[in-house]
Amino acid sequence: MHALDVAASLTTPLLPDDYLTYLNPLWSRREPRARVEAVMPETADAATLWLRPSPGWPRHTPGQYVRVGVDVDGVRHWRTYSLTSVPGRRDGRIAITVKAIPDGVVSTHLVRHVRRREIVRLAPPAGEFVLPARLDAPLLFVTAGSGITPVLGMLRSLASAGPLPEIAHVHLAPTRDDVIAGADLRRLATKHPRYRLHEHHDDRRGLFDPIALDAVVPDWRTRPTWACGPAPLLDALTARFDSEGVGHQLNIERFRPVVAADGAAGTGGHVRFTASGREAEADGATPLLVVGEEAGVLMPHGCRMGICHTCVGALCSGSVRDLRTGETTTGDADDPPMVRTCVSAAAGPVDLHL
Amino acid sequence: MSSPTASPLAHLTPEDIEAIGRELDAIRDEVMADLGEEDAAYIRKVIAAQRGLEVGGRAALLVSLFPPAWLAGTTMLTVAKILENMELGHNIMHGQWDWMRDPEIHSTTWEWDNVSSSDGWKHSHNFQHHTFTNVIGKDRDLGYTLLRVDPEQPWRPWHLAQPLTDTVLALFFEWGVAFYDLEIDEARQGKRPWSEVASDVKRLARKATKQLAKDYVLWPALAGPSAVPAFLGSVTANAARNVWTHTVIFCGHFPDGAQTFDYGEEQLEAESRGDWYLRQLVGSCNIEGGPFMHLMTGNLSYQIEHHLFPDLPSNRYAEISPRVRDICQRYDLPYISGPLPRQYAQVVRKIVRMSFPGGAPSEPTQTEAELVAERAARRRSRMRVAAVA
Repeated sequence: MHALDVAASLTTPLLPDDYLTYLNPLWSRREPRARVEAVMPETADAATLWLRPSPGWPRHTPGQYVRVGVDVDGVRHWRTYSLTSVPGRRDGRIAITVKAIPDGVVSTHLVRHVRRREIVRLAPPAGEFVLPARLDAPLLFVTAGSGITPVLGMLRSLASAGPLPEIAHVHLAPTRDDVIAGADLRRLATKHPRYRLHEHHDDRRGLFDPIALDAVVPDWRTRPTWACGPAPLLDALTARFDSEGVGHQLNIERFRPVVAADGAAGTGGHVRFTASGREAEADGATPLLVVGEEAGVLMPHGCRMGICHTCVGALCSGSVRDLRTGETTTGDADDPPMVRTCVSAAAGPVDLHL
Repeated sequence: MSSPTASPLAHLTPEDIEAIGRELDAIRDEVMADLGEEDAAYIRKVIAAQRGLEVGGRAALLVSLFPPAWLAGTTMLTVAKILENMELGHNIMHGQWDWMRDPEIHSTTWEWDNVSSSDGWKHSHNFQHHTFTNVIGKDRDLGYTLLRVDPEQPWRPWHLAQPLTDTVLALFFEWGVAFYDLEIDEARQGKRPWSEVASDVKRLARKATKQLAKDYVLWPALAGPSAVPAFLGSVTANAARNVWTHTVIFCGHFPDGAQTFDYGEEQLEAESRGDWYLRQLVGSCNIEGGPFMHLMTGNLSYQIEHHLFPDLPSNRYAEISPRVRDICQRYDLPYISGPLPRQYAQVVRKIVRMSFPGGAPSEPTQTEAELVAERAARRRSRMRVAAVA
């Protein structure tokens, strides 16, 4: 019998965790946590948080994100942020870079109000937006705004291992001062001759058009490309790559808030959360995630914009509508489809196993 | 002494009842909108204090051959168990802290330091008792299927022994709750399949085994030479917790003046939100005392406020109590409240009196059931008038 099992029979119905975390909040076996050790401002509305995670925190791959659980006004919120530090640092710390978005409860808290030594919850790193183990061809990065963050992690890791390989990096931001980690990027560009940084500032040159790639990176068609930024940019890039027959070269990560697509809002209906036994009335425009949270269900969630799949639940019956596309998915008790509650709304009565 | 007497609600018009419902809804909405960091800090502070006391109590009992250590350990463990049972377990399992979305302080995940499992309790308490509060034949908490506490409940010869039954129940209250949650009475009446009872018995056995092993085997064994006093410390702490929770809970609905309701399905169906609030209001009794007493009762000393707003965080009951009292004054409604010794004396007197047949006061002029039916009829006719207009 494991020592902790013995301990658990002494603490039942609680777990040894419930006591140990008073000695050190990071000693939780139930969930990884982290202590905020430093907050470094990046721009007027972005900051990098240095976190000390619980012992045993897994090493991430550059480009991956981490889910962070933060208490704001007493309420736990989860969001995903890209890891911007080099994996496997000797001091064991990790960094996330956060941009405060207007009305963003969590991002505003993390950028402006977070206290040193505050404890946050974590979920292990995840995400497919990563570089291959071997880099053969020259690369292209296209990033915009906070879309720089996963690429920042990649660049820093590559630079920590040696001279940077052949990389063209087009970064878009409203102004020069809005570039997150701008000084770092410019230093990398000076130090590594094969890393070429093209900053595009909308205030001076207007919105970026992918046509401009021909001028800035003439050989872009031959370069495996990683792009991250707002949806219109990614849509335009996808269209350009597809029309040139090089769609396979493009890897994208979408940071997209949930907005009901035209005509996507439907009638809504009665929602039953079958695992927790709660029920609620939902309209056709509110994500099921919000419906569940308001009904007191412990809804798992991460990015709240359809990326990370943390919030999925089995749709046992009824239909849900994807708020981004308007597509509906219909449940099946025997083989229930998994739906993302953060971007799905009820389209009639719904049974969701959550 | 007990209902049915002339109803304390007889003078209310349907409009009054609607207005009371609106006022109470407004209090609830206001508090819910105001919940935040301070409330979260409060419950976390109580949890930290409870765990500290538990650790301190267990540690002292390890060396309890030394009598002062026994006394200190047993006292700390008793207080820890009472806090855990009342301010934490009862209230967290009501969902009072679900708004924090912290899975460690959530009604769906909390398990209490009690032989009964939290799932069974949540059904019989949160649903049955809080929905059908004081409805004879529906609210199984009225005497807990064991005692006769209302003249409307039929007298049986075994009720003669109920002063003794109640004393035993008080000492072993957690076991009383555990067996009560099995709903054997419901199965006997065919309202619940025996297979469900069987699976609940298994669940109880699993939980109780762990609880008994912890309190009476493992911790005393760890105490080595202090095993016997450590064992006795656990026995005392559990018994003291049991007697205390029994006392608080019985003072919630059984003192003088608390109304019971002889409703059928029809009257329950006809109840408006305002009617429901009023049933909770006149069926519950508060206990007066200082802040420590309120904490130790899990704020069930604000039983009236708790029954009006069962899922409102308990630390807020004190601040809304004057507002509820004010509504009662304005609408000439009873707000039953008294110090613990007085309330408990009334409970004891009732248990003794009800062990004998009868006990009903003089015939009522109009029962609650008739009143609700009448009010519903008046509401309907008003709606017809409105529709015609």
